[in-house]
Amino acid sequence: MAISINGQDYPLPEDPRTSLLDFIRRDARLPGTKKGCDHGQCGACTVLVGGVRINSCLSLAVTHDGDEVTTIEGLGTLAAPSAMQSAFVAHDGFQCGYCTPGQICSATAMLQELAAGWPSDATADLEAAPNLTDDEIRERMSGNLCRCGAYANILAAIRDVAGESA
Amino acid sequence: MTVHLKQDAPDERNVLDFTGQSVIGEPLSRPEGLLKVTGTATYAAEYEVDGCCEGVLVTLPVVRGEVTAIDEASVLSMPGVIAVLSDERMTGRPAQGMAGEAPFQPAKDVCYWGQPVALVVAETFEQARDAAKHVAMDWRSEQAPLDPAAVETEESESTRQGDLAHAMAEAAHSVDVVFTTEGHASAAMEPHAALAQWEDGKLTVHASLQMLKFNRAELADSIGLEEEQVRLLSPYVGGGFGSKLGVSQEVVAASLAAMHLGRPVRVVMSRQQVFQTVERRSETHQRIRLAADAEGRLTGFGHEARVSNLPGESFAEPVLQSSHFLYAGENRLLRLEVARIHRMTAGSVRAPGEAVGVQTVEQAMDMLAEKVGIDPVELRLRNIPDKHPANGKPFSSRKLAEALREGATAFGWEPRPRTPRHTREGEWWIGTGMASAARVHSVVEAKARVTLRPGGTALVETDMTDIGTGSYAILGQVAGEMLGLVPDDIEVRLGDTDLPPGSGSGGSVGAASCGSAVFLACQGLRKELAERLGIAPESLTLKDGFARWSGGQKALTELLNQEPIECTGHFEPGASTEDMAVSSFGAFFAEVAVNRWTGETRVRRMTGAFGFGRVLNARTARSQCLGGLTWCIGNALTESLLFDPVDGHLVNCDLAEYHVPVNRDVPDLEVLLLEERDAAASPIQAKGVGELGLCGGAAAIANAIHDACGARVFAYPMTPDRVLAAMPET
Ligand code: FES
Ligand code: FES
Repeated sequence: MAISINGQDYPLPEDPRTSLLDFIRRDARLPGTKKGCDHGQCGACTVLVGGVRINSCLSLAVTHDGDEVTTIEGLGTLAAPSAMQSAFVAHDGFQCGYCTPGQICSATAMLQELAAGWPSDATADLEAAPNLTDDEIRERMSGNLCRCGAYANILAAIRDVAGESA
Repeated sequence: MTVHLKQDAPDERNVLDFTGQSVIGEPLSRPEGLLKVTGTATYAAEYEVDGCCEGVLVTLPVVRGEVTAIDEASVLSMPGVIAVLSDERMTGRPAQGMAGEAPFQPAKDVCYWGQPVALVVAETFEQARDAAKHVAMDWRSEQAPLDPAAVETEESESTRQGDLAHAMAEAAHSVDVVFTTEGHASAAMEPHAALAQWEDGKLTVHASLQMLKFNRAELADSIGLEEEQVRLLSPYVGGGFGSKLGVSQEVVAASLAAMHLGRPVRVVMSRQQVFQTVERRSETHQRIRLAADAEGRLTGFGHEARVSNLPGESFAEPVLQSSHFLYAGENRLLRLEVARIHRMTAGSVRAPGEAVGVQTVEQAMDMLAEKVGIDPVELRLRNIPDKHPANGKPFSSRKLAEALREGATAFGWEPRPRTPRHTREGEWWIGTGMASAARVHSVVEAKARVTLRPGGTALVETDMTDIGTGSYAILGQVAGEMLGLVPDDIEVRLGDTDLPPGSGSGGSVGAASCGSAVFLACQGLRKELAERLGIAPESLTLKDGFARWSGGQKALTELLNQEPIECTGHFEPGASTEDMAVSSFGAFFAEVAVNRWTGETRVRRMTGAFGFGRVLNARTARSQCLGGLTWCIGNALTESLLFDPVDGHLVNCDLAEYHVPVNRDVPDLEVLLLEERDAAASPIQAKGVGELGLCGGAAAIANAIHDACGARVFAYPMTPDRVLAAMPET
């Protein structure tokens, strides 16, 4: 009975009310994942479960027995940041930094969704593979609020990592 | 060593232009950036403290009343519950910005729906949250005024000059319109949080606050401690936008609980509590009157506004702030009134005043341009006053005309009178609009200590905060420029009241105020180094770790001779900002598409051109402007606090219902930073930029909506229903 976070096992919490988010932040002592609303409205708590992004505040920890969770700390470190993390620094894709771990987790998974051909509201042709247009990126990143208003730079950072232009 | 300056005269030496290190203004990455992107920057609630218990605030669902009894026993038997706190010193409201004294107490005297009245403390968050919902309380409640339009108002400010009514009657062209704007929430992404520890008569609180020296005084006064007994730490703040200017309820509650229990206590507000209890930008009701001659030159300017606040609050949304000087017109009437109603405290939300005051003037100007039949840019250019139209003071420096012209060129603005409905793409009407930007400049007292370390690196220390604004970056750059060091050799420590008191972040004062304090400290260090070399400070060049003068050069490390030297800079505002009209200016341009059938507006691109004195870091300054433009979009199209007219509660108290712009709402944004040196603004010739990008831009969108589809919308936000209702038939 454990959740694997960034490759390390943590026993499930005793209190079934514990959200995956609080479990990560408190029980696993990984406060890089942020709590902005606790209601699935802001994306600050985005983590990857089995490689897929979710809002960890909307999920109870006890439902994740055996799951592989990746948090911002698992994507890269100070000594070895991921390409997405470096691009956020290079493009100033943040200001206060509070939405940032969620943005980066989300962006990392989003590019995989795009590559896998998942459509979005911005996809013109649902039959064809989606293109990496600015609007596709904006649409797919719209679950991650940034009150500092760093969206333009977030887009630039993601573009940089995706290495293509529309 | 201390260097003190009260700036009574403009400083035209532009010292930072001649120091030679060439790091000032450079678009460097934030030094704390890697911490933020790897999740290793630690915010208030995230400190690991042994034995920490968790507090959850209990709020009361009435607009006016008093808690008469709290039955602690009702929850004390629940698992993990440690205490129910309803101390008389708990605060019912946040402190206003720079109050420096306790906000409204006691919390049990309830003045708005959702006011915190007690704190439940338990071993875990889940236990405290559950118990907080079950606390049995007795209270009495009463009716209270809720509608700002239905109460007598108090006059807050009034200026008359000439005879506006006469000017309106005589005018070749005039505009007389009423606008409304609805309340806004700061909605910083990090909810308000505090982690308090009480040890040996000293209170240490990790909190999410913007202005620590004031907050320390507010907290000490609230709980009856000496300031020296209180230490606040806010090295990282997850956004503020005004909502963390003054000490808020959870900070006082956590502190009292920690003192009471002798254990560390953490209190984090829920997102709903942040909306309901911290503060709001007041809704406004504004009448704009413009009188002009045949060429569009203003002869009269009227701006009257009604805002609201709770009884006992001195803050009134300063809607008229830039109306005093933005445009000419010898006959003037400016009046601000406050309605006392029972909604949560009205206070500063990013760009208080101008964020709602400029966009109404700028829509009225667009209407005037249409009447005169000239290009809206040209109308603005014709009405830039020679001197402050009310008090005759000269402008220190002003990039308004440049912003209008250069912004227009960059945007590809067509200089012509506007005729709506010129372009359609399918079911979308396309149009463009523009507006001026203005934000008053101010500076406040600030101190910073700079230490040159024996190894040839420097340490900058102040209790200044970085709320995303770039303080870490720019303060390091000022020091680097002055001391001839690369930014990597400078460490900046912020957000701790044990450090010299800076200005705090708010009102766009931080960069100019604290930057000046760092500048002064470095001047002291330069003087000391020059003395050691036996030369005049002016003959000294510091670059790349070397001291150079006409006679030779010497490594800094050698000059330091194993000993650190430190100097504290102490900056105080003086007559220089009083003798002149000092303000930042700019211009906005927007292109929108308005849906013919639904009234939905999509902003397709925006350009902002801004002049705010010296640019200290072109990257972080640009980001501030991008943030401002993003806020313009929310302000124009989606953001409004909605209150239940019957029981007074805030209906949309979360991020699902209060609509801040999301990524897809924000199109390509272009920012022009207009280099400027404002000698009167600060010794580093810098002004504030954090708010300018929000001051007027919503009108560029409003004017573009009109240009696109002919709808003139007088109520912000311009939601689809409002646009549709204003759209002419056919
Ligand atoms: S904290 Fe999970 S979506 Fe906001
Ligand atoms: S960086 Fe502050 S909310 Fe996104």
